[in-house]
Amino acid sequence: MTERTLFTNARLLDPASGVDRAGDLLVENGTIAALGPNLAREGLGADVHVIDCSGSCLAPGVIDMRVQLREPGDEHQETLATGTEAAIAGGVTTMAMLPNTAPVIDDHALVEFVGRRSRELGRTTIRTYAAATKGLQGRELTEYGLLAEAGAVAFTDGVRAIADASVMRRALSYASTFDLLIVQHPEEPSLSAGGAMNAGEIATRLGLSGITPAAETIMVERDLRLAEITGGRYHAAHLSTAGAIDAVRRAKARGLAVTCDTAPHYFALNETAVGDYRTFAKVSPPLRSEEDRRAVIEGLKDGTIDAIASDHSPQDQESKRLPFASAEPGIVGLETLLPLSLDLYHNGSLNLLQVMRALTQRPAEILRLPGGHLKPGAPADLTIFDLDRPWRIDVAALHSKCKNAPYDHRPVQGKVTRTVVGGRTVFGLEA
Amino acid sequence: MDSGAANDPFPHRHLLGIEGLSRREIIYLLDRADLYANQPRGAAPLAVLRGRTVINLFFENSTRTRTSFELAAKRLGADVINMQAQTSSIKKGETLIDTAMTLNAMHPDAIVVRHSESGAVQLLSEKVDCAVINAGDGSHEHPTQALLDALTIRRRKGRLEGLIVAICGDISHSRVARSNIYLLNAMGAHVRVVAPRTLIPAAMDRFGVEVFHDMKRGLTGVDIVMMLRLQTERMHGSFVPSIREYFHFFGLDYAKLAVAKDDALIMHPGPMNRGVEIDTEVADDIDRSVIRQQVEMGVAVRMACLEALNREARAPTAP
Repeated sequence: MTERTLFTNARLLDPASGVDRAGDLLVENGTIAALGPNLAREGLGADVHVIDCSGSCLAPGVIDMRVQLREPGDEHQETLATGTEAAIAGGVTTMAMLPNTAPVIDDHALVEFVGRRSRELGRTTIRTYAAATKGLQGRELTEYGLLAEAGAVAFTDGVRAIADASVMRRALSYASTFDLLIVQHPEEPSLSAGGAMNAGEIATRLGLSGITPAAETIMVERDLRLAEITGGRYHAAHLSTAGAIDAVRRAKARGLAVTCDTAPHYFALNETAVGDYRTFAKVSPPLRSEEDRRAVIEGLKDGTIDAIASDHSPQDQESKRLPFASAEPGIVGLETLLPLSLDLYHNGSLNLLQVMRALTQRPAEILRLPGGHLKPGAPADLTIFDLDRPWRIDVAALHSKCKNAPYDHRPVQGKVTRTVVGGRTVFGLEA
Repeated sequence: MDSGAANDPFPHRHLLGIEGLSRREIIYLLDRADLYANQPRGAAPLAVLRGRTVINLFFENSTRTRTSFELAAKRLGADVINMQAQTSSIKKGETLIDTAMTLNAMHPDAIVVRHSESGAVQLLSEKVDCAVINAGDGSHEHPTQALLDALTIRRRKGRLEGLIVAICGDISHSRVARSNIYLLNAMGAHVRVVAPRTLIPAAMDRFGVEVFHDMKRGLTGVDIVMMLRLQTERMHGSFVPSIREYFHFFGLDYAKLAVAKDDALIMHPGPMNRGVEIDTEVADDIDRSVIRQQVEMGVAVRMACLEALNREARAPTAP
């Protein structure tokens, strides 16, 4: 029997088709069947389950293309189960996890494990990257062809840069054999080694060793040259500097098939958030200067930066309650990804479809995932949110196992009221 | 390059590569080799090179090529001296040019050279008075291999022109691939190369070949499948991640071969890595694999080359 659900009274947002208008959306057997104004009047019959969106926005499900989930290996920090709890509360319907687990995801059996657990959990779809090099050691390539067949979305060494230029060249070249994507943590390690925060006046005052923005720019510029000579598909993760963004902008203008993303903390915060050695504001790459923060917003505005990803990095108390230089970097971000991104709309930096494109359509296109748009036939992965509802982030109430976020009590606007995966409501905010 | 080229079917002093040979010259060598290949076994040595000296100078280990050259020279009646780098003064630090000068002083009639560096054979040829045959230099050329491959194909298919030939595997480091590309193009065959991107050298489009990264696509409709050997040091994470992955995507098995023509021939210059670039069953398929015939043709082709470079002994015109 056909299972049908009708979402009525919604503000339909579909960046892929440019749709932003009031209407309804019909789901049949987990797939989008139709959308348009007043579908309800077309006599759908009595067996249709009707959900009134009360004027809320209905968008393609948010796709978070960069999270760390700590399972297998560090289940005390996060598990695939707790990660999906945080994800559905944040409106995230698909997420791609980094391979920096223990053991490292560099074998097809582990890729299959993630896929199996994702299906068992039945909430947010969890996809995984596979390691670009064996053991994330930056030397020998992994089995890209077999790993991709097992379900790996792309290849990356996670929070480590693929540092050796000849290894990166081979990775891009070999990946292009199968038309696969290499994702880089763009930071030249010989420049960032030992650094704790952005190099500059604040680092000097705090007596902390700085990481020059050039560490990112140099790596991105190098990689763009390698992408050009190999014809490989390249994606630079979490860009934080004006220099790197400008390098990508020029590469795109030259016609190179390269993409990049940023994380909310690179446009929501700058290096002053480190304040008095606040380790919750320690991230990798570090929070940058105000000029860099503005460049990130400019990059999003002109489309140089394709996507916004949470860079969700759970860290427990023991990893954060340490002197600043010894503390682990990272912010949990699955639940704050959408509201912090919506700030860009509320403060007039981007229009609403631009914000949603960076959270849905572009990550789906970059990782070649099936969702990211509202076309009939697409999986009914949907995020429904009240665009204007103001609230304050309560870090203690986050669903993630770890509460490392520098946003406690921060006022935001826009709240997820319902998350739908495959036509099924997996999260609903009690009215 | 020599005078009297008009009547000379092979007007070259050395055989350093296929690049630069004309279609007519290639056909001449193949025709002569064909005659030698048809000679009955057990016949007494010929007198073509009687009283002449051929030195096999091998700076790289090779059993089959050296043996093949040795046999070829002996069947033509020559005296053969084998020099292996391991046992000679080269080990003691003598430079390549010093070695060449020393050998030249002994007045050989031909030197057959294999060296691990591209261009080394040419360098040596510039310092000696006799004919030099390249038995493989680095990743540059291996002309007699391409000739024996061509002869094997021609004897089975009756022609080279118009055939579709897929050369599969480590193109980047292969002298066999380069010599075959030149020869097959000169003879009007259509050449494809099939390999992961890491094993395809730059600017392949300038060599008149079609590049494929997928075996099923690359082998579709081909007449000939030439597999190349993958060196062990390139198997583990540098150019390809593992033997398992390489065999899965680029190893020749019946599943991949199914898209080739029904009567497609399988070739391999040897020595084979069974289970790496080629499945054992396919390699041993007596209907399709011509790997043993390639070895057999090797002697005949090398006889033709030694003869062609030995001007005085050579027959005045084609057979």
